[in-house]
Amino acid sequence: MEALIALVIGVLTAGGVFLALRDHTFPVVLGLTLLSYAVNLFLFVMGRLAIGVPPVITETASGYTDPLPQALVLTAIVISFGMTAFVIALALKARAELGNDHVDGLQHEEDRHA
Amino acid sequence: MTLLFTVLIPFAGAALVALASHFGRSHSAWAAGAVTLASMALLAPLAPLPFAADTLIQQQDWMPALGLNLAFRLDGLSLLFAGLILGIGLLIVLYARYYLSERDSMGRFYAYLMLFMGSMLGIVLSENLIQLLVFWELTSLSSFLLISYWQHREEARHGARMALAVTGLGGFAMLGGFLLLGHIVGSYELSDVFASADHIRAHPLYVPTLILILLGAFTKSAQFPFHFWLPHAMAAPTPVSAYLHSATMVKAGVFLLARLYPALSGTPEWFWLVSGAGLATLLLGAYVALFKHDLKGLLAYSTISHLGLITLLFGLSTPLAAVAGVFHISNHATFKASLFMAAGIIDHEAGTRDMRRLNGLWKYMPHTATLAMVAAAAMAGVPLLNGFLSKEMFFAEAVHIAEGHGSWLLPVLVTLAGAFTVAYSIRFIHDVFFNGEPVDLPKTPHEPPRWMKAPVEILVVLCLIVGIAPAFTVGPLLAVAAAGTLQAPLPEYQLALWHGFNTPLMMSLVALALGTAIYLARRPLITWHEAGIGCADARVVYNALVSGLISAALRVTRAFDTGSLQRQVFLFVGAALVLGGAPWLASNTPLTGSRAGLPLDAVSLTAAAALILATVATVAWHRRRFTALVTIGVVGLVVSLAFIKFSAPDLALTQLSVEVVTIVLLLLALYFLPQHGEAEKSRARVGRDAAIALVAGLGAAALAWAVLTRPYDTIAGYFLENSKPGGGGTNVVNVILVDFRGYDTLGEITVLALAGLGIVALLQNLKLAAPLRDATGRLWNADAHPVIMATLTRILLPLALLVAAFILLRGHNQPGGGFIAGLVTAVALTVQYLANGAAWTNARMRAQLPPPNPLPQAGEGANVMPTPIYDSHPLIIWGLGIATFTGMASWAFGHPFLTSTFGYFDWPIVGKFELASAMAFDLGVFLVVVGATVMILTGLGGLHRTEPVRPETR
Repeated sequence: MEALIALVIGVLTAGGVFLALRDHTFPVVLGLTLLSYAVNLFLFVMGRLAIGVPPVITETASGYTDPLPQALVLTAIVISFGMTAFVIALALKARAELGNDHVDGLQHEEDRHA
Repeated sequence: MTLLFTVLIPFAGAALVALASHFGRSHSAWAAGAVTLASMALLAPLAPLPFAADTLIQQQDWMPALGLNLAFRLDGLSLLFAGLILGIGLLIVLYARYYLSERDSMGRFYAYLMLFMGSMLGIVLSENLIQLLVFWELTSLSSFLLISYWQHREEARHGARMALAVTGLGGFAMLGGFLLLGHIVGSYELSDVFASADHIRAHPLYVPTLILILLGAFTKSAQFPFHFWLPHAMAAPTPVSAYLHSATMVKAGVFLLARLYPALSGTPEWFWLVSGAGLATLLLGAYVALFKHDLKGLLAYSTISHLGLITLLFGLSTPLAAVAGVFHISNHATFKASLFMAAGIIDHEAGTRDMRRLNGLWKYMPHTATLAMVAAAAMAGVPLLNGFLSKEMFFAEAVHIAEGHGSWLLPVLVTLAGAFTVAYSIRFIHDVFFNGEPVDLPKTPHEPPRWMKAPVEILVVLCLIVGIAPAFTVGPLLAVAAAGTLQAPLPEYQLALWHGFNTPLMMSLVALALGTAIYLARRPLITWHEAGIGCADARVVYNALVSGLISAALRVTRAFDTGSLQRQVFLFVGAALVLGGAPWLASNTPLTGSRAGLPLDAVSLTAAAALILATVATVAWHRRRFTALVTIGVVGLVVSLAFIKFSAPDLALTQLSVEVVTIVLLLLALYFLPQHGEAEKSRARVGRDAAIALVAGLGAAALAWAVLTRPYDTIAGYFLENSKPGGGGTNVVNVILVDFRGYDTLGEITVLALAGLGIVALLQNLKLAAPLRDATGRLWNADAHPVIMATLTRILLPLALLVAAFILLRGHNQPGGGFIAGLVTAVALTVQYLANGAAWTNARMRAQLPPPNPLPQAGEGANVMPTPIYDSHPLIIWGLGIATFTGMASWAFGHPFLTSTFGYFDWPIVGKFELASAMAFDLGVFLVVVGATVMILTGLGGLHRTEPVRPETR
């Protein structure tokens, strides 16, 4: 199971990095979203994998998983939403002010180094 | 505490003084005077302590965790300096009132002056070295403000910048020196530093420590080769020059030499470095001063020369030389302050400071002329004046050293410097007040107002009485100041006018005669100087250095930042890979650890396969943007499933609700952006990016695998044990968020609120073309608000809100809480906007307010008229307010910020239930999340309201 999770994190990271390197705003936003998934999952599994032991105190529970990474990731999810929204607002602002959706605010990519 | 307040009063007074200027020009001067007097009054009762051989040390916790205290010290040396700073400061306050013109802002001037005074007091009264450095830097900053007071003048801005650059650089070096000193001694307290003086001098780090500290002192005290900033600082108003260059700013450097004299002096390195720099500065300053035509220029180089003299005295490392140094500090402060003020009066009343035009002023201002003559005579070291006494002591020490070393070079050189001092002093008097008639003055000179002369008079009288009867006036103060400097018993010395016919007296006479001769031969000398050495200007070197530095910095910046985000991201990811990968490859740590894993099951395998497929699809189809949006939604859903699977119900709920708002957000963005991406132009770049992405993915996977297969220790036990008894909740994740780590959460909701506000600010007045049709030509909204959906969402809204309330309330004990409830509420509201239109929803969100515009008809294509947007600012404010006040409420019970409490209550019918203060905090979280999310979505969704419809051109 650990290998599977590692694989999933790797695939998400690779996809996120590739899209974040694209030259238009929308794929970059998608890439950042994928990267947030990867990072959140990664942080979460730092508490190791455990099935059926949620950190909610009951008298019958057999054990509890680590609640700390969960608390960290919970706020991280909300903050990444805020960040994604901010990047989208920037993208729209750039589109309105510069008239295109290139990440560098350029009309033609040829203007830059190839 | 008293010393702390003595230092803080001027800082607080700066605000008061600035405020007072609103009531009239004189008011800020009165306020500044009162502030100075208040500081003096606090210090005065403590003044007898050093005379009783007592050193007062007052300490206050500052950053106890770092071992830093607010520590103040009052000994003889601090007392002398504090007296000079406050006393001359008071005179400057009076003088400046008459000096500044109608156009100058009084409030600004006096506020800066008070800031500077406070910083100087901080330096001289500090016991802790780091604290001393803080005040040291504050003097650099506040003197920058003072020098650039006439901001409209180019040379004032340039001079101020140069002073800040040079002294700032020195301060930085000094920080290094102090850190080394603290490392050697093990403490930053001066008392400890003095106690381990021998240890410091024997330490292998002594030389670097000494050099770094001296760099700080020399830049501040304008010692060669850092002297060049001081003449350019003369662009300041004259009261500033009179203060900074007589008693304060430049004296901070020599103060530091005196302060650390017991700890650092007495070694060959100290002797050669300090006295070498002092001698060079003494000669250079005295020589150049003669050739300055500007009155203040002459005084500036004279100041440099006298600072060199003081530095040289401390460098000689004999107790008597140190006494002479301290004596000359106070003498120089009195005569130089009065000379600067006299120069200011002349400038003020005659309109120029050029000595080639100022001649024969005796006729016009005999009173000022008399005062200036006495002060200049003190500067030249004429008997019966204070300058003579310290100069005699200086000559005596030079002779003493010469006898020890067997070389008479030093006495010859200092006599030469003395001769030049006499020459420029004569020039100051003769050229200005005699020497024929004035040449083409802008105005007819006359005596200044009565009270403008008063400060000069006081200082000149001081020069005289100290010069005539030193033992009865300055004697006791000098003794305690010298004792404070040496931190040892005083050597035997006699303060007297007459020591008999000895070598120093002969040197004085030679200097007087030679100086007169040099002055008489000044015309050919000036011609010779201006043809040769006079052209050399350290400013040229400085400017070349600065512009070289700036262009180098620009080149480095340009090499990394070409303005291309793609390149930036590439560098960033590449650097992360190198930094992360290199140590790993270099070490021999095995990838797999010893921890046993969980077995694989078919469901997980299927879900993971779906996630991987969806990710690959998102990447592959990212140019078909709408499709990519659908596939990325799948990824998010599987991630929330993973949270459920691995015992994180809170995370799953959060992820699920965030997923909904994120997708709505991306859809909104897509509406305004092209729906199809262009094909990549460079295949090589795609290949390169794919390669780096693969390496990054491999790295992340390997890291995850390496961690997951290793056992670990966790601090979770504490949270699990204390969650119920300490925090009153059984949902540990929620208790961590609102209780254990409540402060973090407060920060996080603040970030979210700021993101929302930032987005609203970004989108303000933004105009974007709203397309009617999508890329395939279909109408975007043939049926904008389908009846079934609209009806259903209206029915669902109360249910959704009920669910949110339920999730919020149970959050403390069961999966849920403010974040999730907030997101659920935001989703419910967003759905209303989607299904019923912004106009309809806004009208109901703000039902209590009359609509500002006639309500537009929704549903006419995308052509929606301006609609009032529901303003969720109050929600955010309330949320942050509730969270903060919940935290502060614990202060009322004497507990630290955000201490939580809880109790169980009985309510008829409902039964026994629990209330925790953390739940109020969670309510704050809830409100901020709702407010920020709704603000973001309505902000983006309302974008097209100002733009008439225009079909997409692409």
